[in-house]
Amino acid sequence: MMEKITTLWNKFTSSKLCWPLAALCCVLLFNLFFTKDFFAIEIKDGHFYGVSIDVLNRATPLMVLAIGMTLVIATKGIDISVGSVIAISGAVVASLIGGKMEFVDGVQTFVTLMPMPLAILVALLISTLLGMWNGLLVSKVGIQPIVATLILMVAGRGIAQLITQGQIITIYYKPFQFIGTGFLLGFPFGLFIVAAVFALTLYAVRKTAIGMFIEAIGINAVASKFAGIDVNKYIFSVYAFSGLCAGIAGLIICSNVSSADGNNAGLFIEMDAILAVSIGGNSLDGGRFSIVGSLIGALVIQSITTTIYALGVPPEITLVVKSVVVIIICLLQSATFRKIVFAKKAEKGGMIDEKNAAQL
Amino acid sequence: MKKMQLSYKYINLMITILLFFALFGVGSALYTGFFSPQVLLNMLIDNAFLIITAIGMTFVLIIGGIDLSVGSLIALVCMFSAYLLEMQHLSPWIVIPAMLLMGVVFGLIQGSFIHFFNIQPFIVTLAGMFLARGLCYVISIDTIMITDPFYLLAATYRIPLPFDSFISISVVIALVLVLAALYLINYTQFGRNMYAMGGNAQSALLMGLPVGKTKVLVYGLNGFCSALSGIVFSFYMLSGYGLHAVGLELDAIASAVIGGTPLTGGVGFITGTFFGVLIQGVIQTIIMFQGTLSSWWTKIAVAFLLCLFIVLQRIVIARKERSKSIA
Amino acid sequence: MDGNNSLLQAKGIYKIFPGVKALTNVDFELKPGEIHCLMGENGAGKSTLIKVLTGVEILDGGDIFLDGKSIRPRSPHDAQGLGISTVYQEVNLCPNLSVAENIFIGREPLRFGRINWKEINNRSRLLLAKMNLNIDVTQALERYSVAVQQMVAIARSLDISAKVLILDEPTSSLDAKEVGQLFDLLRKLKAEGMGIVFITHFIEQVYAISDRITILRNGELVGCYETAALPRVQLIAKMIGKAFEGFEKSYKKGEERDTPDDRNVFLQASGVGHKGSINPFDLTINKGEVLGLVGLLGSGRTEVARTIFGIDTADSGEIVIKGKIVYLNTPVDAIAHGLAYCSENRKTEGIIDALTVRENLVVALQAKLGWRKYINKKEQEKITNKYIKLLDIKTSGPEQLIKNLSGGNQQKVLLARWLLTEPDLLILDEPTRGIDIGAKVEIQRLILSLAAGGMSVVFISSELDESVRCSNRMVVLRDREKIAEISGAEIDEKYIMQTIAGV
Repeated sequence: MMEKITTLWNKFTSSKLCWPLAALCCVLLFNLFFTKDFFAIEIKDGHFYGVSIDVLNRATPLMVLAIGMTLVIATKGIDISVGSVIAISGAVVASLIGGKMEFVDGVQTFVTLMPMPLAILVALLISTLLGMWNGLLVSKVGIQPIVATLILMVAGRGIAQLITQGQIITIYYKPFQFIGTGFLLGFPFGLFIVAAVFALTLYAVRKTAIGMFIEAIGINAVASKFAGIDVNKYIFSVYAFSGLCAGIAGLIICSNVSSADGNNAGLFIEMDAILAVSIGGNSLDGGRFSIVGSLIGALVIQSITTTIYALGVPPEITLVVKSVVVIIICLLQSATFRKIVFAKKAEKGGMIDEKNAAQL
Repeated sequence: MKKMQLSYKYINLMITILLFFALFGVGSALYTGFFSPQVLLNMLIDNAFLIITAIGMTFVLIIGGIDLSVGSLIALVCMFSAYLLEMQHLSPWIVIPAMLLMGVVFGLIQGSFIHFFNIQPFIVTLAGMFLARGLCYVISIDTIMITDPFYLLAATYRIPLPFDSFISISVVIALVLVLAALYLINYTQFGRNMYAMGGNAQSALLMGLPVGKTKVLVYGLNGFCSALSGIVFSFYMLSGYGLHAVGLELDAIASAVIGGTPLTGGVGFITGTFFGVLIQGVIQTIIMFQGTLSSWWTKIAVAFLLCLFIVLQRIVIARKERSKSIA
Repeated sequence: MDGNNSLLQAKGIYKIFPGVKALTNVDFELKPGEIHCLMGENGAGKSTLIKVLTGVEILDGGDIFLDGKSIRPRSPHDAQGLGISTVYQEVNLCPNLSVAENIFIGREPLRFGRINWKEINNRSRLLLAKMNLNIDVTQALERYSVAVQQMVAIARSLDISAKVLILDEPTSSLDAKEVGQLFDLLRKLKAEGMGIVFITHFIEQVYAISDRITILRNGELVGCYETAALPRVQLIAKMIGKAFEGFEKSYKKGEERDTPDDRNVFLQASGVGHKGSINPFDLTINKGEVLGLVGLLGSGRTEVARTIFGIDTADSGEIVIKGKIVYLNTPVDAIAHGLAYCSENRKTEGIIDALTVRENLVVALQAKLGWRKYINKKEQEKITNKYIKLLDIKTSGPEQLIKNLSGGNQQKVLLARWLLTEPDLLILDEPTRGIDIGAKVEIQRLILSLAAGGMSVVFISSELDESVRCSNRMVVLRDREKIAEISGAEIDEKYIMQTIAGV
């Protein structure tokens, strides 16, 4: 009997999803004891209602973002422009739908400047183009991902502001609000968006060769090139996809607050996305990836954020907590750290500093 | 074996200086009142803090690293100073040195993580960026106005110059730092080791240079520059606010890159960085004079210039690689 | 070898890396006022020996003596302090710093606390003048040719007062005049009593400058000889000649070899070259033949392969495959035309170490098929098991991570990777390097059977007997240029070595 349990335990700990699931369990357990009514779910207005449902709802933009970020990080890259793309996406769709209010037959109705599906399409198209811009800089021009996406990160806010002309555009058009606040089959509509993106992405990376190519590129881009993989094409594509995901997330966020704020939409969300991917068990150095892990990571983060709110702890502390968690995860992923703390020191001497020298 | 043509890195520097004068010329031609000494000096006054932090960034770029936390550290210094001055009623003579010390320690810690644990600089400083910004919010969500008399004096005092013009104390601080930086990188072993490491870290190590120590110290030095910049910024803004200096790291990087310091390390021009900041200043001023364009255009223009200079540098490097014979 | 007159002496050196015996019981001795050449092919252990002598690596066994005293250098800085300086092929200086600064960095003379540039520049000028080099020392090092850079590196070493100067492949990028200048300097230093270790693969230079030669092979000492007493052909024989005594007889006798058949040409390269790596060459590869590329280290064999496979884009000439002109600008192009390339740098350019055996095996075929036509996992397993059996790959299964396999088995996985794509032309660059004898034999047999089945194979190997055993025709390269083609009855180790040696 003990043997069976031991083997099950070994299987669990060696599974890649072990740590993210463990983290999620910890947070949920904490909430079970310390947060009132965390798991209480009731049916209100024809849909599920409760703190946990709220967590799920708020996590949806981050989950979509995490899907895109997972692939980018897997290629040994990073995308810190996603927050700005979210702002631009919201700004575009808000400007195209407009905040007009009209009277039809004496009744106040809200109209849209152009068909909503078209506005959404344009916003997503622009987000994808921005992602392609990043992809071009990284793959063809060869700029380090951090710098390439930093450019868009800063310029992007300015562009968003220009689109909204410095104002916060409110969207009165009811159908649009459904994206972020509506419910389908009792569950927040956002979850279905996440499910759709997840399903499509999972199919693309596991039922086609794309996943294998991305992992190969992240582990050894040179060997991948020699094996015949078109490395530039895939690097370009993951950044374009990240842009698209940011666009989708931007729509959800914009719909959630029924407005587009060039300054605040998606502010600091890139940290959350990177954190979600790390908590999900993905190495920031690229290679093997797990989208499910990142989704769990996103849930962990959102749960932590909600817990902090529910406990009455000042929400500003979340940024601090998140940065500390990232550092801890990086330390755990650092081979040097593990060697120093966990293993016995090997005989010093020779050129062990070579690697450090290269890492500036 | 004297080669007469100028090497590309000096070309970059010259282009930057010329670009500045060209832009100043354009502004003068387009707008009345542009061509005056005070307009030029105002660029220094308004961007003194940027000069200081861009110099720190130049050091980091020379060794081939990067630091994304500078903007957030500046905001933290502002906020913390405001808090200590206004809420705790501490004297500026305590607050200012304390802030500088905090900056150094912050930088040293980042540098240590990068060197000893072999974690990439961008992720360590990205975490540092959010940590500092978060601490800022923890201190206060709302703006804290600074009313301390010393700060008010520092903010408003005008040092008179010929032709009816003036500069602020901050400009003096910035210029002193420029001179100090020039001395550091040209006349000290520490400075020269920075260049060596950036040029070829492997060689530097083999030549027996203290690569690790230098790396950690450079990040500490950058922390000092960010803190000093934060103090100057607080003179300028007279407030602590969570959203101060958002995106400033890009401005600092852009100033250095436009000034001829490539992202690949081994090369760096303090003078170039100085002019890189001035270019941002002149763009800002032109937009201000224009009147109708939003100030966001400055950020977009700077991002565009940064992109352009990086692409140019990459083209030059690619050409160099191709002409090099492979042993 | 008496120890009394020795300047530097290494006795019984052992150095082991995980899975590889880099040095086994190697002796080396350097006398004062001597130029001693250290020779051997890639993987012979030359670099490792130097690294051990200079503190880059710590030895696992043996002793080192300098001037009769036992030493244990723990870092290059240590070794430098003891008086042992090394100038590497890549010139370990900082290209962005000035010439003068490179000589003095880390020990700059100060005046009132600040660096005294005047003194640095003046002293540098004097140092270089002593070496007959009069250049502007204030210019950046990268502005100067590699020849000058090497002189600067030597100047630095001399100023730190070296007793032993080690030069690792110093002439690879020098022209004849520059080589002459370097040799003048070396002779001068030798006359002053310095001991110089000189690593090179240029036979002519060995005979021009050295007093003694030490030859290493497969991590072991072959012997130490007086240069004047060792004929060229014997030297080459000791480096790359008959490796295995009692090995099976050649698979093909000279007379049995086919002569080239024009109607069966697969690939024709005319005037194809890549600036900086390989001079324009003509090459014909026939169907079902094994073409051996032979030559010493640095002769350009890998560069030929890389240019044909599209890793380095050819900047001259044209390639014709099956009668049609093709443009092979990237590996993707080459693979699409039926080529395959197994690189000699298994670790950096071959295996994707964190992936499984299965994934490493199918990746090239998958890349060729494109992302849409995914080979499902079950099919991948089937293929992997098939090749594990076919090539006798020792692994716990398709899911084992490839980094945990031995070098030989990793090589087999890479071979399987390319065989899976069913190429028309398979280029193998040092496929048997660093693997055990048993595996070597298997791979050679495999090459022959592939050719018999109609595949063309380009076989690059430093072990001449291997090439002789497997090839129908051979192309000889020297100093980045094709110098001869040998086929039929002429394929004979001795004749080939003479061709390489140029006698």
